[in-house]
Amino acid sequence: MTDRAPALEMRGITKRFPGILANDHIDLEVRPGEIHALLGENGAGKTTLMNILYGLVAPDEGEIHIDGEPVVIRDPADAIARGIGMVHQHFMLVPVFTVTENVMLGSEVMRGPVLLDLAEAGRRIRALSDQLGFSIDPDVRVEQLSVGQQQRVEIVKALYRRARILVLDEPTAVLTPQETEEIFVVLRRLRDEGASVVFISHKLDEVVRIADRITVIRRGRVVGERAPRETSEQELADLMVGREVLLRVDRGVSRPGEVVLEIRGLRARDDRGHEAVRGVDLDVRGGEIVGVAGVAGNGQEELVEAIVGLRKPSGGRVALSGADITGASPRRVRERGVGYVPADRQRFGLVLGFPLDDNFALTGYHRPPFARGIVRVDAAIRAHAERLMAEYDVRAPGPSVRASTLSGGNQQKVVVAREFGDDRLLILDQPTRGLDVGSTEFIHRRSIEQRDAGTAVLLFSADLDEVLELSDRIVVIHRGRIVGEFDAATAERERIGLLMARGEAA
Amino acid sequence: MVAALRRRATPIWRVVALPLLAIVLALAIAALIIVVSSAFTGIGFFPLLPLFAYGNLFAGAFGGLTAINNTLVAAAPLMLGGLAVGLGFKGGLFNIGVAGQFLAGAFTAAVVGAALADAPTAIGMTAALGAGALAGAALGFIPGFLKARTGAHEVVTTIMLNNATALLLAWAVGDLVRAEGFTFPRTGEIGNAGLPVLLGRNLHLGVPLAFAAIFVVRWLLERTTLGFEIRTVGANPNAARYAGMPPVVIVPLTMALSGLLGGTAGAVQMLGVIGFYASGISASVGFDSIAVALLGRSHPIGILFAALLFGAFRAGAPLMQITTQVPIEIIDIIQALIILFLAADLIVRRVFRLRARALEIEGATTVTRTWGEQVRT
Repeated sequence: MTDRAPALEMRGITKRFPGILANDHIDLEVRPGEIHALLGENGAGKTTLMNILYGLVAPDEGEIHIDGEPVVIRDPADAIARGIGMVHQHFMLVPVFTVTENVMLGSEVMRGPVLLDLAEAGRRIRALSDQLGFSIDPDVRVEQLSVGQQQRVEIVKALYRRARILVLDEPTAVLTPQETEEIFVVLRRLRDEGASVVFISHKLDEVVRIADRITVIRRGRVVGERAPRETSEQELADLMVGREVLLRVDRGVSRPGEVVLEIRGLRARDDRGHEAVRGVDLDVRGGEIVGVAGVAGNGQEELVEAIVGLRKPSGGRVALSGADITGASPRRVRERGVGYVPADRQRFGLVLGFPLDDNFALTGYHRPPFARGIVRVDAAIRAHAERLMAEYDVRAPGPSVRASTLSGGNQQKVVVAREFGDDRLLILDQPTRGLDVGSTEFIHRRSIEQRDAGTAVLLFSADLDEVLELSDRIVVIHRGRIVGEFDAATAERERIGLLMARGEAA
Repeated sequence: MVAALRRRATPIWRVVALPLLAIVLALAIAALIIVVSSAFTGIGFFPLLPLFAYGNLFAGAFGGLTAINNTLVAAAPLMLGGLAVGLGFKGGLFNIGVAGQFLAGAFTAAVVGAALADAPTAIGMTAALGAGALAGAALGFIPGFLKARTGAHEVVTTIMLNNATALLLAWAVGDLVRAEGFTFPRTGEIGNAGLPVLLGRNLHLGVPLAFAAIFVVRWLLERTTLGFEIRTVGANPNAARYAGMPPVVIVPLTMALSGLLGGTAGAVQMLGVIGFYASGISASVGFDSIAVALLGRSHPIGILFAALLFGAFRAGAPLMQITTQVPIEIIDIIQALIILFLAADLIVRRVFRLRARALEIEGATTVTRTWGEQVRT
């Protein structure tokens, strides 16, 4: 295997952006029939490197070889012609087009000069997807597909263009654990058929499981290359972050106090009017973290929204330290002492076009010290932002840059810094989704500090490991009901997993 | 010159580059039209005609105190109307109803002004202005309320309200408030309720009022909590709800404020220039206001300059037509071209080789972005 020329070789790739060195003489070698993981924190330079490979960014220095031959890639068309396929983190699909139309877009099969040969294209797509072991109906519209299926359409799209080097940028970030397993099967099959896969990720466990070799990047440089057999998650984490990382924060002992959040028989409907929360009873005490485990879409979103006032409950009661807040407005719920880190920071937690200081004051803008009467106090808003940026290590040039310019991890820190305070109740919805280990460790540590200060913490996470790691008590939600409760000390992963999947421990 | 400016790209240049270049490009193409059409007129083919036409346009707008006064008087309602549209854009709303709000404001100011024609100016004028502003606000509130409660898109409802308003007022002036002693349906003389002339023949109090409005709106948007709420709802309604700002309140309020400015534009024009309401008075200010807001990128200071430019076009055009026989309608072509190039900004970028970064217009995206989106209650 090793005597063949590498499928892809990038040598001395350097790219400077104003103020930063995004890639600093990066060497990367990917062999034919190999899954090669590119591991690094958010902002380490992984995506820049792949954008150079795909012709989206021109390197300042360095060269690219494909099958041993030096090539120059000016634009994505060049890259595609060289057999490079890219699956972006955010899919590039037209929702109202069918699978066939999406796949052939840009390389249409024609029947005569004006007519598309959709039937022929559909046949090729069916053959390709059968070969990979998944079935996609070429005639179905993309908007009707799940996220996991859409990703497969992207893969088919790349292979349809005869890609032999497939780059996937954070492919599992949007997938459920089940879908992740399925995509791994597909990638392994691709590899076995001789293709090369570049798998960009910052998730250690996945990288160790799927990759044949791992290249670790930190701050634009290659800091190590390992085979999964000869390394550990701990070593990879340390390499990636550049210091020793605690993969598991020390939770310590919880000292639960009074009941802060009391939910009784809560019911709520989803946007389509179906009952998504069907009678939930739940208590959270001060000084404890209660984790809600469940497969996404089992009513978690509606439950959170019903608690914080973003959704009107259709029945039941929510009380905060004895005071009824059922159906109260988001503003009133906040004023009663609830902090809330929403699942989707870009949709709910931030206004991306606003500067950071406005985002730090997004939920408290109407109160002193940020406002005197109806007039905003810029000095206080700015000082507050500067203090939180320092305290939470938000990496940005200053409080006046737009939130959209920050990396995902730093954006999340802005939300977390704003919501973590002296509240009675803190609701964390997917607090570390998409974050690298460094940021995750930081947010976990802060969450435990909040708990130790006496705050009641309610944690929702699609990542069962996160729930197990942080929670003092774990409840399992299934089809809008709480179907089990565990003490963290005695919780068994398998039993929780079964309850999540089936709603009963068979 | 463009290349030199591009190299020393400062933030302010980045903000004004696109509008400025759109104006340059529009003037250039209009010049071409003037040259070509000169061949078919009495003048005969005359390549230098645009220079003379633009020269006279400039002289008519800025050559002397009277010209400058005319420009300012023409700009005043455009400033107010531009602010109305711009405020809406900031709040994620496209208020196409400024034309109707302008008419409502003008009509109400005319009726109240005529009723108080003999009262002291301080009372009559203030009451007429206030009534016009409130009429505009009420008319703006309706589509805002409908959007917040039912999700009806404000583009549709404001356009329909424009027609409804114009027809309703035509009936009212013919039947309800028709003044005695005139051969056609109109309201009575406003007498003392008119805006006092401060300078020259026609520079009325509405001009400083419009300038003041620019700075009040800027203050409102940038320095107050309400302005922050309006901007947040405009930029990300979900985040606004999350932060405890109810769009169901903010959206109607924004539309009412926008309508208030549109109504004030009408009242100022009525009390400062027109003097009486008759069916068929021009509501073109309402539509020009959209152009002003787009050109000013919804920023109050930008709107100030855009309104001055459009005011200068209106004020200078008659002199251009008299001396060079280039018809006033060329102004409409120039304005239309400016908006075309702002909307299709790719053309301007290609021509001047500008980089795409950070040159977007706020307003143009509002139209498509909010389409079909519902404000949840």
